[in-house]
Amino acid sequence: MISKSTRDRFEREVAKYPVEQRQSAVMACLSIIQDEFGYVSVESERELAEYLNMAPMAVHEVTTFYNMYNQHPVGRYKLNVCTNLPCQLRQGYEALEHLEKKLGIRMGQTTGDGLFTLQQSECLGACADAPVLLVNDRQMCSYMSNQKLDQLIDGLKAAEVKQ
Amino acid sequence: MTADHVISQFAATGAETCFHGRHINPQIYADLTGENWHLSDYIERGGYQALKRILGADGSPGLSQDDVIATVKESALRGRGGAGFPTGLKWSFMPRQFPGQKYLVCNSDEGEPGTCKDRDILHYNPHVVIEGMAIAAYAMGISVGYNYIHGEIFSTYARFEAALEEARAAGFLGDRILGSVFSFQLHAAHGFGAYICGEETALLESLEGKKGQPRFKPPFPASFGLYGKPTTINNTETFAAVPWIIRNGGAAYLACGKPNNGGTKIFSVSGDVQRPGNYEVPMGTPFAKLLELAGGVRAGRRLKAVIPGGSSMPVLPADIMMSTDMDYDSISKAGSMLGSGAVIVMDDSRCMVKSLLRLSYFYMHESCGQCTPCREGTGWLWRMLDRIEHGQGRPSDLELLNSVSDSIQGRTICALGDAAAMPVRAMIKHFRHEFEHHIEHKTCMVPVHTPEVI
Repeated sequence: MISKSTRDRFEREVAKYPVEQRQSAVMACLSIIQDEFGYVSVESERELAEYLNMAPMAVHEVTTFYNMYNQHPVGRYKLNVCTNLPCQLRQGYEALEHLEKKLGIRMGQTTGDGLFTLQQSECLGACADAPVLLVNDRQMCSYMSNQKLDQLIDGLKAAEVKQ
Repeated sequence: MTADHVISQFAATGAETCFHGRHINPQIYADLTGENWHLSDYIERGGYQALKRILGADGSPGLSQDDVIATVKESALRGRGGAGFPTGLKWSFMPRQFPGQKYLVCNSDEGEPGTCKDRDILHYNPHVVIEGMAIAAYAMGISVGYNYIHGEIFSTYARFEAALEEARAAGFLGDRILGSVFSFQLHAAHGFGAYICGEETALLESLEGKKGQPRFKPPFPASFGLYGKPTTINNTETFAAVPWIIRNGGAAYLACGKPNNGGTKIFSVSGDVQRPGNYEVPMGTPFAKLLELAGGVRAGRRLKAVIPGGSSMPVLPADIMMSTDMDYDSISKAGSMLGSGAVIVMDDSRCMVKSLLRLSYFYMHESCGQCTPCREGTGWLWRMLDRIEHGQGRPSDLELLNSVSDSIQGRTICALGDAAAMPVRAMIKHFRHEFEHHIEHKTCMVPVHTPEVI
């Protein structure tokens, strides 16, 4: 169920577009849903469709077309490591492989404790920062040597224990 | 530490990519520190003077729309997103007298592998883009604009939204700007992981809340753009160049570069160099100088090849690059394209089959699926390269790769098909022996794959 606070965030996006073009806000609204619920369920697609006066299938088309929408629940921290050519030249694959070993999973999988999902990603637009990864779609980590990757994972695990 | 603190330790600061002091006569990146992105800092650097001047808000008589467009034409500013189309000419195509709504769109969907210049512009100098867009909107009689920002750089999107708030509060955006009759509303939108949305008509579809599938052209956006209305789309760096041009004149901008290639250009240098980063230099700077600014090739290695304009452009061998200047016409003459200005450097430890394999995977993954030659052809290319890389290549494969590339190139709605085909053809043209070695001996002829620890 979409809450009042979520709707307030939607309103801000809808206000950017002409009144008859509410659909333009669908990308931003879906990313807000993902930010709040971790993924985009068919149920939330339906609610959003109603809110934006769209056909549910038109919302689903957007969710499935763009790489960053999670169509299923993912770990609390989704890590997207870029391995495109400029990153491949600067240890992008080594970073991905290091995380696979460190987390004990293969890319595309989620750790048993539900904390981490590891994915390969296409160009993040930060080629000079390689190795580079994106956490939960919103925070980018640059120059991720193996040592920094360890700090990131260990730090996130420690932060979870404290909570 | 909270999770947020843990993650934010690793956020880029721009120290390595932008504030290294190794630009040559920079305009867009001049005097940036990482802290001074706010409106007050921008004004201190001379910001919004150009907007004031065209509106006559500085006591001058102001500039007409024709004056602004003529100045941009004189500057020889060419589109910085990839195609290099003359900006002033594009602006003159806009039907200024069109009675309905018209739109201005900034393409900040920077996802061409190798390219990371717009991110630093938007993050560390957002107001230069806002001012450039306001000037463009004035020149073309447009009252609403959108900046579509790559979804992966969310903190930069948030930064740009904050800058928009500052500009609105100070009266540089909104109704009756600086007491004039000119009104301009500007908003930020973001993508969410689709390379194809960097293509201008796919971007418009995405901005309309749809799948980012490119449209047939014609009609061009100038007649049928966002919501079917006349629309002008320029790249972030193109808009960022405009305030300097208005302040200093078209002739001065042209003089910064070389004929037909005005001004400075930001090159994103990535790959096997000592100092990957963005370098703003005059158009026509020799590649050898740019390589030197980026610290040269990795220690102990020799230059092998360079993709001079982003992953979609043809690769060039070292000897050709070392005698080429970095401007649209020189790189075109050398057999490639300046594109987005992404310079991907490869040293002598690199296998060209492996490098091309990764690019081909990318184009297969990002093909929108609309046109059969691209949707199917990119998969063919990848599968053939994959078998060559893994010792399963057949002697007929090189001919087949070229043939599939021919069947894609020029036969699709948008340029993604060409972008997938061009690197294949250029790699085989310049490094055929490596592909042949892979096919014949089932192994790689380049001995070292693993780079040293960074």
